[in-house]
Amino acid sequence: MDPVLLVASIMVSATPILLAAIGELVTEKSGVLNLGVEGMMITGAVMGFAIAVSTGSPVLGFLGAAVASAVLSLSFGLLTQYLLSNQVATGLGLTLVGLGLSALIGSSYEGQRAPTLPKLDIPLLGDIPVLGRMLFSHDFVVYMSLALVVAVWAFLKYTRAGLILRAVGENHESAHALGYKVVRVRMAAIAFGGACAGLGGAYVSLVRVPQWTEGMTAGAGWIALAIVVFSSWRPIGVLVGAYLFGGVTVIQLNLQAAGTTVPVELLSMSPYLITILVLVVISARGAHGAPGSLGRPFHASS
Amino acid sequence: MADTLLSIRGLTKAYPGVVANDDVSFDIQKGEIHALLGENGAGKSTLVKMIFGLVAPDRGEMLLDGAAYTPGRPSDARRAGVAMVFQHFSLFEALDVAENVALGMENPPKRRDLARQIREVSETYGLPLDPARTVGTLSAGERQRVEIIRCLLQHPRLLIMDEPTSVLTPQEVEILFQTLAKLRAEGTSILYISHKLEEIRTLCDEATILRLGQNVGTCTPREVTARQMAEMMVGASFAAPEARRGETGAVLLRCEALSMPAPGAFGTPLRDISFEVRAGEVLGIGGVAGNGQDELLMALSGERLAPKGAIWFKDEDISRAGPVARRDAGLLSGPEERLGHAAAPNMSLTENGVLTAARRKALVSNGFIDWGRATGFAEEVIERFDVRTPGPGTAARALSGGNLQKYVVGREIQQDPDVFVVNQPTWGVDAAAAAAIRQALLDLAAKGAAIICISQDLDELMEISDRFGALNEGRLSPTRPVSELDIEKIGLMMGGAHDMEVAHVDG
Repeated sequence: MDPVLLVASIMVSATPILLAAIGELVTEKSGVLNLGVEGMMITGAVMGFAIAVSTGSPVLGFLGAAVASAVLSLSFGLLTQYLLSNQVATGLGLTLVGLGLSALIGSSYEGQRAPTLPKLDIPLLGDIPVLGRMLFSHDFVVYMSLALVVAVWAFLKYTRAGLILRAVGENHESAHALGYKVVRVRMAAIAFGGACAGLGGAYVSLVRVPQWTEGMTAGAGWIALAIVVFSSWRPIGVLVGAYLFGGVTVIQLNLQAAGTTVPVELLSMSPYLITILVLVVISARGAHGAPGSLGRPFHASS
Repeated sequence: MADTLLSIRGLTKAYPGVVANDDVSFDIQKGEIHALLGENGAGKSTLVKMIFGLVAPDRGEMLLDGAAYTPGRPSDARRAGVAMVFQHFSLFEALDVAENVALGMENPPKRRDLARQIREVSETYGLPLDPARTVGTLSAGERQRVEIIRCLLQHPRLLIMDEPTSVLTPQEVEILFQTLAKLRAEGTSILYISHKLEEIRTLCDEATILRLGQNVGTCTPREVTARQMAEMMVGASFAAPEARRGETGAVLLRCEALSMPAPGAFGTPLRDISFEVRAGEVLGIGGVAGNGQDELLMALSGERLAPKGAIWFKDEDISRAGPVARRDAGLLSGPEERLGHAAAPNMSLTENGVLTAARRKALVSNGFIDWGRATGFAEEVIERFDVRTPGPGTAARALSGGNLQKYVVGREIQQDPDVFVVNQPTWGVDAAAAAAIRQALLDLAAKGAAIICISQDLDELMEISDRFGALNEGRLSPTRPVSELDIEKIGLMMGGAHDMEVAHVDG
């Protein structure tokens, strides 16, 4: 097995989960538990695919996917933040809606091929032997996802807006008492989470596969959710978790192709199992740091 | 007077079914500490929320320095020079001191400058505080300092303080009063909300008294007695509880070197706690919040099981017995938090009664709840303890704090416990209801029960206790008869100086 190709395909495989997870991290940091990541991802996948096919531009496809999923997530925001519906139930509903909606929209696109993203040709870095092909010859979304992790980390740690977002998630009553717009901050965080999930979904249908099949995100959204929790709500943990999952997925696929004696079912299970095991070990040792108001409804009374 | 800072004219705010403020008017002078007094539900909170821009008045106007003042939100108020220290701290436990301060400011400086400013202000006003500490690890007094410093950094003209001393030791109260006096000398006005009449008498220049949303009078606190103010507040004379010092009997509950690890990251471990309490006796346990009160109650009630041989009830080791077994034996307890710990908010009073009284009052037969008896029990409690509620079917959360407190304490007393452990029996309860609850505790003791009253209200403990001990970082000071103590010695006990002679030399 070629290690260069292996690492390269791990990065591709990890990117959708990383995007979805970093978006969900921001949403949860604001105190909102959106279980609809899977639904938003699959919506992003189908919308991205449809737009890319009809316009011929994968970039437009990604943009459309982000917008579509953000809009879908705002419906979740409207229900939970303004109409105070239960976040868990609404999030589950969002997943079901996303799955159904995407199957409806996507039925006419089955079997078509999407225009793929060009690989970036990074001068100098791309010319390094081995490393160049391994790390520096991907499409822009891979780098964007990594930059996004750093940006989210810096945003939460160093900016005032990030501090307010954390404060809202930590204790919404106090934040309200200090005059911060809890609901508005949360709607923004929800929309960001939706857009990221949409990008992740579009990456699956436009780059990783790249074609449309029903239910193609195959639980990636749920893994993203688990990664956020087990990372103890830290961007670096999300990065580790996503790459770990992506890595094990690619390796087990390679093992399957190589025809090992291990049953296929066990191999297919392994990425989920190993990711969760490793992240449990990490989170069992470190601080948990769940946002104090996570999942609690907020109503500005009196 | 020309020196009026804030003038309130006819403020009115109605919520569905209740008028929270009805045509309230008063003036706050520059450089004045102005007290706002009133029972729970008298409309104090609504009034300060209007001043701080959290709630918009229905009618009426405010003038700040002669100009119309209509804050639409707290940031408007802050810009106008009005700052507020909240009763339930508006702090974020997982964030550090500097971040918490920054969140309360309009234009916070860079982190390093902010940390320096925090240190400066904390030195100037004698409020030591480390900007890098996580707020979750701070004591209640230190948390309050965070709030105060957050306000002071914005150089307010009017500082609103909502029940600031309810969580402080006497020494901390003194420090706070010095800080406030210093602010007053610098020309800052302070609106000071409190239940504690003696405090208002020592600190405040003027007092406005609210009752049922109306301004029922102003007075100069130094010139009237606490009792006169209390009567204005309540609108009727209330009976101060009266101790009936009976004979004390056999030891009912004994703790022997009880040590337990902290229940969570922000909890307090119990260290080597020993005491005994006799029939007919009230043991008062004081201490600043977060020094092991909740943990001690959990150990005594059986919520957390203690190590073998630590807790003896009527000479039987009950350390490993759960709450149900302890209740059956006659050891009852009432935890602090009314909503969530002592009562299930969404369940009716009857249901809440069944939750603790099911076995002692035989409200359950063959596994089925006897609703007739259960309702009867709830009605008895409501009647005996004067709980103001439409009926036993009302949800616990619909009751005001004082009424629910009367119900949860009364529910236990009605079961005739041999030992009753209660934490903060009158927290956030108005004077009349507090007096009723204290009287009920004393009556219970007079009937031969042993009572352990954990409280942060020292006046209360002095009033009802026979003996007193203080918790500090999970250690209990030796218990002493109340007659031997004065407020200064108590403060030292609460501060952890268990051997007072040594403390005097050091201090």
